[in-house]
Amino acid sequence: MHISEGVLSAPVLVTGAALTAAGCGFGLKKLDYDRVPQVAILTSAFFVASLIHVPIGPSSVHLVLNGLMGLLLGWSAFPAILIALFLQALLFQFGGITTLGVNAFNMAFPAIICFYLFAYAVKVRNNLISMGAAFVCGFLGILLASLMVAICLVFTGNPFIGIAKLVVIAHLPVMIIEGLITLFSAGFLKKLKPELLEVVHAKR
Amino acid sequence: MVAEEFSSGNSFFHDFDPRIKIAVATLFSIIVAIADRTEVLLLALLFSACCIVVSRLPLKRVMRRLFLVNGFILLLWILLPFTYPGKTLFSLGPLDASREGIRYALTITIKSNAIILACIALLGTTPIFTLAHALRHLYVPDKLIQLLFFSYRYIYVIYLEYVRLINAMKVRCFHPRSDLHTYKTYAHLVGMIVLKSYDRSERVYDAMLCRGFRGKFWVLDHFSLKRRDLIAFIIMLLSITGLGFLQWGKGLFS
Repeated sequence: MHISEGVLSAPVLVTGAALTAAGCGFGLKKLDYDRVPQVAILTSAFFVASLIHVPIGPSSVHLVLNGLMGLLLGWSAFPAILIALFLQALLFQFGGITTLGVNAFNMAFPAIICFYLFAYAVKVRNNLISMGAAFVCGFLGILLASLMVAICLVFTGNPFIGIAKLVVIAHLPVMIIEGLITLFSAGFLKKLKPELLEVVHAKR
Repeated sequence: MVAEEFSSGNSFFHDFDPRIKIAVATLFSIIVAIADRTEVLLLALLFSACCIVVSRLPLKRVMRRLFLVNGFILLLWILLPFTYPGKTLFSLGPLDASREGIRYALTITIKSNAIILACIALLGTTPIFTLAHALRHLYVPDKLIQLLFFSYRYIYVIYLEYVRLINAMKVRCFHPRSDLHTYKTYAHLVGMIVLKSYDRSERVYDAMLCRGFRGKFWVLDHFSLKRRDLIAFIIMLLSITGLGFLQWGKGLFS
């Protein structure tokens, strides 16, 4: 869901960069030095997880998992996503310097929303509630991210409306897959390592 | 997984001061991203091509990389001509392709590729740890640099864990399909990767504490600005300023 270099207009790029800078500043301020390695290695885990291609019908999609990142990392998801995208830009040339801010915000903002909405609900004892919350978390992560991409495109210029709609529609199946994956992996982590879901609350 | 495909090599760009490389790449990207005159963009593409030539990177691999990155651009070429309002150039059934739409798509293609090429030549020729070090000199927050350093350090380690898990799945005859079982299996794979990396991070941090880590990275090699770095910097700065001047200069004097 990267927006390539050279597509967006200057105001959109500047706004995205400013918002990402603010979000990262806040995320970093909340992050203690002794949790840096933890957040960083989880970032590499999510980077690797995003290489997984999940089949869907005749095609396949790669995982984004920004909802799950929000759940596990809280506000640290902001710098984590920025780093992951920066590394993607350097290693694969997906996205680049000028779109880094916008792209990071498009992924990280939904992650934060998911964190506030579902971090508590996922930990609830009742399995039905926690599973439902995890599914919606993954679903919403992608839905919001694709909406943000669409908004960026529309703010750049009216001719992009067609593409913006297509971006959201094309991500519908991805939303369902991400919802399912988030549901099962959150359940998995809850069973095997419940403290992982507490990480963000542990040290303030 | 391809890692730093272009970072090793023997050219001027490979020993160019990384601080300057980052500055030039950023400035160039910004100018090109907001420029819109075709001649300026073509000159920018020429600038990037020169950078690629100077960096002496294998052209074939650079081209393959470019090709892979142009997916979104392809989408624009399919959609923009038909959705952009303007004079009709040709019709495809009920769809009218507008001249403006094609022009717009072309502009974006040139912009995007100019920026990508310049970034490959400038940033791709630097190892990521060196970039992280250079970013520190450019006042990027310390915690962010540490995050970058650790995540990059462990990506390959985690990737190997991932490969091992995938192999274990294959050995047990796992075939990905579009069904719930597949999604569940992949979800558990993700969960396992997260779990293993979390455990690893604890071990790593404990080991660092044992060795007296106190939140600061010490670097042994320092950057030194050579005269030819400065000269190259000035030349590149002048060319980029020239691009900006061509784009917006007329307004200054009228």
